[in-house]
Amino acid sequence: MQLAFFGGIYNNYLALEAAIRDAQRRRTEEMFCLGDLGAFGPHPDRVFDLVRTANVMCIQGNYDHSIGNDLQDCRCGYTDQRDNHFAQISYDYTYQNTSPDNRVWMRDLPKNLRFEYDGVRFLLSHGTPRQTNEFLWESTTSTHFLDKLADDYQSDLILGTHTGIHWQRALQHGRRFVNVGVLGRPENDGNTNVWYTIIRTGNDAQQKTETSFVGSTLANVDVEFVPVNYDHERLAREMLKEKLPDEFIKTILTGWWTTCLEVLPAKERQRGKY
Amino acid sequence: MSPMTISQDVPMVELSALDELWFQVAGTRCNLECTHCFISCSPHNDKFGFLSIETVERMLEESVEWGVREYYFTGGEPFLNPNMVMILQRTLKYGPATVLTNGTVLKTEWLTRLRSVDESSLYSLEFRVSIDGPTPEMNNPIRGPQTFQRAMQGIERLVQFGFLPIVTMTRIWDESEDDVILTQFRQVLLDYGYSRPRLKILPRLKIGAEARRTEGYGRHDRVTSKMMEGYDQSQLICNHSRTVTDQGISVCPILIDSPDARLGNTLKEAATSFPLRHGACFTCYQYGAICTNPSAKRVESS
Repeated sequence: MQLAFFGGIYNNYLALEAAIRDAQRRRTEEMFCLGDLGAFGPHPDRVFDLVRTANVMCIQGNYDHSIGNDLQDCRCGYTDQRDNHFAQISYDYTYQNTSPDNRVWMRDLPKNLRFEYDGVRFLLSHGTPRQTNEFLWESTTSTHFLDKLADDYQSDLILGTHTGIHWQRALQHGRRFVNVGVLGRPENDGNTNVWYTIIRTGNDAQQKTETSFVGSTLANVDVEFVPVNYDHERLAREMLKEKLPDEFIKTILTGWWTTCLEVLPAKERQRGKY
Repeated sequence: MSPMTISQDVPMVELSALDELWFQVAGTRCNLECTHCFISCSPHNDKFGFLSIETVERMLEESVEWGVREYYFTGGEPFLNPNMVMILQRTLKYGPATVLTNGTVLKTEWLTRLRSVDESSLYSLEFRVSIDGPTPEMNNPIRGPQTFQRAMQGIERLVQFGFLPIVTMTRIWDESEDDVILTQFRQVLLDYGYSRPRLKILPRLKIGAEARRTEGYGRHDRVTSKMMEGYDQSQLICNHSRTVTDQGISVCPILIDSPDARLGNTLKEAATSFPLRHGACFTCYQYGAICTNPSAKRVESS
């Protein structure tokens, strides 16, 4: 089985289009989105047709929960006034431009999704299986924490997004945690591409390509992080036209995060520019 | 889940998971004597002693099966413990480490070693440096003469070594002034050459020295069962952490002076529910997640 996993989309319908095309070209059999369809980018309503047409199965992110339940803000709670200011502009814009039907659809999305392919037990959550808005950063998550999560939730592959940076960790008994990355914005590394993840199980896992990232000790699982280039300049132009914050546009054009940096741990922050 | 109660008005909080393990690594020994210290640390306070490397190692090993995600080190001043650098080095093999320091005793030799330890570790080493405001006039009456300059020199040194310290302030001003103070402090840090300032505000905990400096808690500053209805318990540190002291395991790093906060000698013994009967519990309830780093902050779920 070959499966594609998309993280936060953040209204970036251009990157979503490119990722779906890429996943189809690679003949993935199913596609999933781990939540946060809205935020940051322009024209929120454009992502919904794309996910429905391509049969992308979605779970709920914290942003979807807020928009779906008509909350007043994204509940980011930053200490920097500037961060809260930008977060609010983005939230208000997304809320106002998401149709009532799509809001209801987001409200009703499941928080977790479990399934099994080729004997591998998958568990999909936005943050963690226990809390949608919990951050699991690579540099602040011990391996034994993830092992316990895999024990508690009886899973072989736990998948999340939320932090915006892809990573993975091998766990005991061949199990694995994978942060699938996000399509919504680049990863704070100075590159403008975004990322999604392909996971292969069973016979497909044994047909590894040269781009395979790391072979798992689970004999029949293969995790590949896939960079996606898309028309980011067009996205930036549309964001400008929609009067979204310049700081957000700068991120799309440069690949560096410019706001809301206080949630980053030291190591992830050190790798960025700001 | 509704909280259990031991009497009508004292809600009990269960340990839902042991996400953070705190180490009272310097006990109550500090080179400073801040007038707002909630456990009255000072150069002469030996109520709690240093933790040995052996104790820390034993607890780190014990923490694995509990799935502890992050480790925090506090005091007193952690760097008074002669084994602090080694302790951080050992800890970073298990998981991320955060050390809460006043920034006034950091030696170049230690930072050189820690720089190298940090670079070879998968996990983050975080420094939280306590400074109570962006000026000596605000900070020094609380923390002592010259402490602003000395702590800022500590910040400069950490930055020179490639660390990104989190400046942690106790709110000794009115909450409505937060934004002004944060903006001012960001600028001061920029002026000192810290181009990516990270800041955190802690509420005052009106126990220990702070109770003597100001007013302490009133009789009604308590969490009631009714207040817990619909409240996200993960906002309370006792819901997801414990603190290792040289006299056993305490429910949290704030209440170590209270005899009832000591829950046992092992993590298993200390995994019991805790009654929110203290005034400090009220502050923790009000502000939520006050002790953890911003990267681990859980925004209240609805």
